[in-house]
This record gives sequence, structure tokens and C-alpha cells, in this order.
Amino acid sequence: MSGCWIFILLFALIGLVGCDAGSERTTTIEFWAMGQEGERVQTLLPEFERRYPGLRVRVQSLPWSAAHEKLLTAYAGGAMPDLFQLGNTWIPEFVALRAIEPLDARLQTWPAAALTDYFPGILATNRLNGQYYALPWYVDTRLFFYRTDLLATVGFSAPPTTWNEWLQAMAALKKRDNGQHYAILLPINEWQLPVILALQCGATLLRDRNQYGDFENPRFRQAFAFYLNLFDQELAPPVNNNQMANLYQEFADGAFAIYVSGPWNIGEFGRRLPAVMQNQWNIAPLPAFNPTATCSSTGEDSAVKMSVGWSLAGGASLAISRTSPRQEAAWKLLAFLAEPEQQARFYQLTGDLPARQSAWTDPVLADNPRLQAFQKQLRRVQATPLIPEWERIAQRIAYYAERAVRKQLSVDEALAALNQDVDRILEKRRWLIGRGMTP
Amino acid sequence: MSGTERRMALSAWAFLAPALLLITLFFFLPVSAALLLSFTDFDIYALGDLNRLRWIGLNNYLQLLQSPLFWTALANTGYFVIIGGPLSIAVSLGAALMVNSSLTRFPDLFRTLLFLPVVTTLVAVAVVWRYLYHPRYGLINYGLSLLGIEPIDWLGDPDWAMPALILMAIWKNFGFNMIIFIAGLQNIPATLYEAARIDGASIWQQFRYITLPLLGATFLLVGLMTVIGYFQVFAEPYIMTQGGPANRTFSMVLLMYEEGFRWWNIGYASAVAFMLFTLILAATGLHLWLRRNRI
Repeated sequence: MSGCWIFILLFALIGLVGCDAGSERTTTIEFWAMGQEGERVQTLLPEFERRYPGLRVRVQSLPWSAAHEKLLTAYAGGAMPDLFQLGNTWIPEFVALRAIEPLDARLQTWPAAALTDYFPGILATNRLNGQYYALPWYVDTRLFFYRTDLLATVGFSAPPTTWNEWLQAMAALKKRDNGQHYAILLPINEWQLPVILALQCGATLLRDRNQYGDFENPRFRQAFAFYLNLFDQELAPPVNNNQMANLYQEFADGAFAIYVSGPWNIGEFGRRLPAVMQNQWNIAPLPAFNPTATCSSTGEDSAVKMSVGWSLAGGASLAISRTSPRQEAAWKLLAFLAEPEQQARFYQLTGDLPARQSAWTDPVLADNPRLQAFQKQLRRVQATPLIPEWERIAQRIAYYAERAVRKQLSVDEALAALNQDVDRILEKRRWLIGRGMTP
Repeated sequence: MSGTERRMALSAWAFLAPALLLITLFFFLPVSAALLLSFTDFDIYALGDLNRLRWIGLNNYLQLLQSPLFWTALANTGYFVIIGGPLSIAVSLGAALMVNSSLTRFPDLFRTLLFLPVVTTLVAVAVVWRYLYHPRYGLINYGLSLLGIEPIDWLGDPDWAMPALILMAIWKNFGFNMIIFIAGLQNIPATLYEAARIDGASIWQQFRYITLPLLGATFLLVGLMTVIGYFQVFAEPYIMTQGGPANRTFSMVLLMYEEGFRWWNIGYASAVAFMLFTLILAATGLHLWLRRNRI
């Protein structure tokens, strides 16, 4: 027991000493960032502290798996950091919690060109109810990782740019080796591809100010049926993520030729694929739907835009806590990390793609041919509905898509059940809107 | 009550007070708060602003009873308890009999080895078992292929995922019950077996008429602990399958965790917790009632 007390006293003393060290003149910004970002961002900070001698930054690195929970508990316990990283799909949730300080007043001091420098689709995920609540830090989206050699053997020297070409390529890929292999890998427990296809078809997913599901809409239905058809035709194997023990090995073996994934896999493919395979793979933007084929046109007919299909606006943003007493200092750090030079340096440190387009002119990015596909794709990304319930809805989409792939439900049954589930999830939102409260 | 008795009662309360205070503070209060929460729709909206909290009475419970996910979770948990529980007890008893047998050499070594899975971290175990279960490279399918059996997609096939998890859970947990059974076996006087042998009882008769009846109290304890433990199955599906494929390994505690900590529907999650509590209470009550004459 006495040992305990000694420790408690010791900690108290350390606490006192710690307080003394932080003298009145320097302000310490508490900054929470996730995973490798939290570790590597420290390399950028000496420059920041040199520029603002009165400011110090203390970075706490949270593992991604625990970050969401930790931020919520920190909010509930009144222990939020001054500046924090968050996945851009979490922003609506933290806005609903009233945990984030809007940035509009501070953005007035920014040059007008700075905001338009962001990829517009990505920036849109940070704007709710007419206000900016966060700024993108780095971005991600999903596109094709494909085997150039396998596509070439079936007559595609360039990746497909329309759904029709894509289907032709997949059918040809399936025919090689008597159909032993698959054309594409789409883990059936993921919601992303059905949603991407639906966005390409012009589906809005929800309706009436995001108060009801809109999954029985013909546009969503067409995209969903197209997705299921990929499994019916055995172009994609009906497996989930957990069953893929070694994705890279199977990609190298040619078990599938196309994989829909994001920037985190650029490095992984480079590291994990055998050396002989390194010239046999590439990245390409998603094909766009062909207006005469599966989906009806949304009215956009610019030829350039038609060659790239919509994908998801992913990534992470930085936000300032509403309760922080050091918001001005936190804003300085946010603005520093948003500078194109810092964004390019951050790419070198982490491989995370910069949110600002001018950072992409930096040689480290511009000279990497594989990144060009990402840049094209990032100009053509859409946000999923900006409501706190989205993550939940996405899980329901994945669930019903999986059941439909496994033939436990027909297309219509799956979509009707999905709509019903989503309407139930959105009940609180309807109640709040009905009573004139902002959700 | 005389003065001395009153003073004794008073000092007894005084001695109990610290423990009672702590139990009240850290057990009864949170549990009552959770019970109250289960009658509200506490969620992230309410966390941000308490004006957005609604008192909804029994709605959480009604909604739970109408939710197909709840019944799926209940059925999966029931499957796990009803198949996994007795199997696990049988394996524990078998292992205990073998370790305790006078024919076994190095019983201490075997006892330690068989107990090892219990003290191994579940996450590490799950990672290794995921390799064992791999449809193409897994050791188990390799073994089956030697017998000419087609490979089974253990964790990906909706029908095989739960048996696979039960198998892993039994391997992980049987050591603990085994130790309790060994203690029970060692409490049976050797003279009883001697007398039975003199009367010409076979090994099976000795087991049936001496070992099993005298292990009655041990069985009760092991049965209760197993039922309670298996009802709370969480880590195995959480790590191995995330409740999939097609929700076939989605358990009650996983439902509670997802609702509470993933979606932050604390009110609804509390309702799940109390539902599970009621179920476990009913199951253990039934267990005690069934064995009421045999202790």
C-alpha cells in the first residue's frame, strides 16, 4: 500500500514540474493524429515552431482502430485536443456533437485561391450547413489497380474507360485458362463499389433532405443489378476481405486481374509484389458509365469528363475543437499543414496524397507516373451523404449486397429491406427536423 | 437486541462499509444508470445536446424484439452455447481423466501444456487459427486433402463459420475447466475405486457409478461458468469474422458492442445488455433447477 502512495506523490511531483516547464510565454497546442500520420507529422513541426517561437506542439498519435472511440470519449469527458485529425466521413458526426469550431471567419483571411486549390469533391465533404468545419489534410479515393500484362493479352493495351469496355475486358479476362481465374476482386463485405456504381448512375442514395432511403430508385437499382451481375457471370469471386490471406500473392498469381483500391496500396503493391511483377501492374481511373448502355445520363456530356467515372471522396481532415482555449494557435498549425510545400513534404514522409492540387506540381508527385491516375480520379469524386448516420447506412448496404450476392435475397427484396432499415436509422433525424432543430 | 449485540452489529457494518461503498459506487450506480439509459434514445445527438434526448419507455426493448438482427444474434449465441458448451465440458472432462490417469506419465507436464491455450492472448490465438483455417494454405484443409476431402472455406462459408469458431473456442477454453475437473477427481477417495474393482466393476462402470456422481458439484460449477462465459461470446467472432459471413457468427455481445461503441446508440445498447442479463439469469436458473436433486 505504501508503495502506491509513493508513486502517487511521484506522479504529482512530475505533474508540478511539467506545469512549471511550460512557462507563460509559450502556448502548447495539443494535436491528435492517427497511426503513421501521427508519428511522421512530427518531422514537419520543427519548421512550424521555428516560424512561431511562442508556439509548441504536442502530438499524440492514436491508432486508427481506436481513434473514433477515443475522440468520442474525449468529447464526452471534456478532454478534447486543440487540433485533431478525423476521417472526413466523421465530420457530420462531430458537427452533430457540436465538437468542431467552424472555420469560416478565419478562412476570410485566406487568399481566395487557396480554397479553390483543393480538389472540389474532397473539400465538399468538409462543408455542412453552409459552413466549413474542417480542411482536408490528405485525400484518398478508389480506382483500378490492374495487371497490364493480363489486360494486354486480352487485347486491352489501355485500361477500359466505359462500362461497356470494362465488361468486355472482364469477359475476356475470365475466358483465359478455361475460366479458372477471375477478372476482378470485389470483397463482398464492402459497400464502396455498389455505392460508386450508383453514384456513376446518378443515384442520390437518400431523399428529402436525407430523411429517407432512396434505394428503390431505378438508378440505384440498375447499379445494384450491374454489381450483382459481376458475381452471376463469375467475373468476381464471392469472397470477403477476411478470406483473402494474401491479396498480393493472388494478384501476382493472376487469380484476378483488376482490384478496386486506394492510395494505401501503391506502397504495398510496390513492396509486396515480386520484383518481376513490378512492371506488370498499373493504376487507372474508374471507367464511366456509357449513357447508351446500363444507366441513364445525368446530363453531363463533356467528353473529357466522360472518360473518368465518379469515385468516392475519401481522406482525412483537420478540425479545431469548439471548446479549445487555444483556437488561434491551433488555426496557425492547421494553416501551416495546409501549405502546398508542407503537403508535398508530408507525401514524401507518409505516401498520403496531398489535398491541394498545387502540391501535385512538386517533382516528387509529378514525376511518379502512377500518381497521374489518382490526380485524374480525384478531380472526379463525390461525397456520400453528409449525415452522421452515413457510416451505419453504408454497413447496411454492404450487408444487403452480400446477402444478394449469396442469393439469399432477390434484388427487389434486398433493396426494399435496405430502404426499410435505412428509414429506421434516420428516424431520429426526421424527428429533429420535424421539430425544427438542426440535426 | 442487547447492547453487546448492537455494538457487534455496528462494528460488522463498519467493517463492511468500505466494500459496500465501493460496490455501490462502481457497480450498483452504473448498473442502475444503464437501466435508466435503456429507456432513453441516448445517441450522438443527445451526447451533443441533452435537449435532443427522448424518454422512450420500453421502445428500445420492443424495437429489439422486432429487429431481425437481434434474433440472428440470439440464434447464433444459442448455437454457440448449446453446441459449444457441452462439447467444451466433455473435452475438459476427457482431458482431466487422461491427465489424472495413473497410466499417464509426466501428468504435470501435460497439465501445463493443456492449460497453455487458456493463458495465451486470444488475439494471437485468433491470428494463428486464421492461418489454420485458410481455404488454400491452411493446415486443416491440407490434412483433409490427405484424406481426400474437398477443401472447406472455414471462415467464409456461412455454414462452417460457427463450427470453426466453436472448435477454436473449445481449444482455447477447455484447459480451465480441465483444472477444475482434475481437482474434483482428486477429491474422490481411491478406496471407492478399490472396492468397486474388488466387486468386479469394469472401467466404464467405475466411471458411470463412482466418478460421474461424485463429480456432481464440480459439474454444477463448471456448467454454470461455461454457460455464463459462452453466452458472452465476443472476441472470437470480433477478431476472426467480424460477425460475418452474412451475420452467421454475429453474437449478442457483438450486437451490444456495435450499437454502443461503433454507432454510439448507448440507449439501445443498454437494452441489449439487460436483455442478455435476463437471458443469462434465466439460463443459469434453469440449470440450477434441473440439477436441484443431484448435488
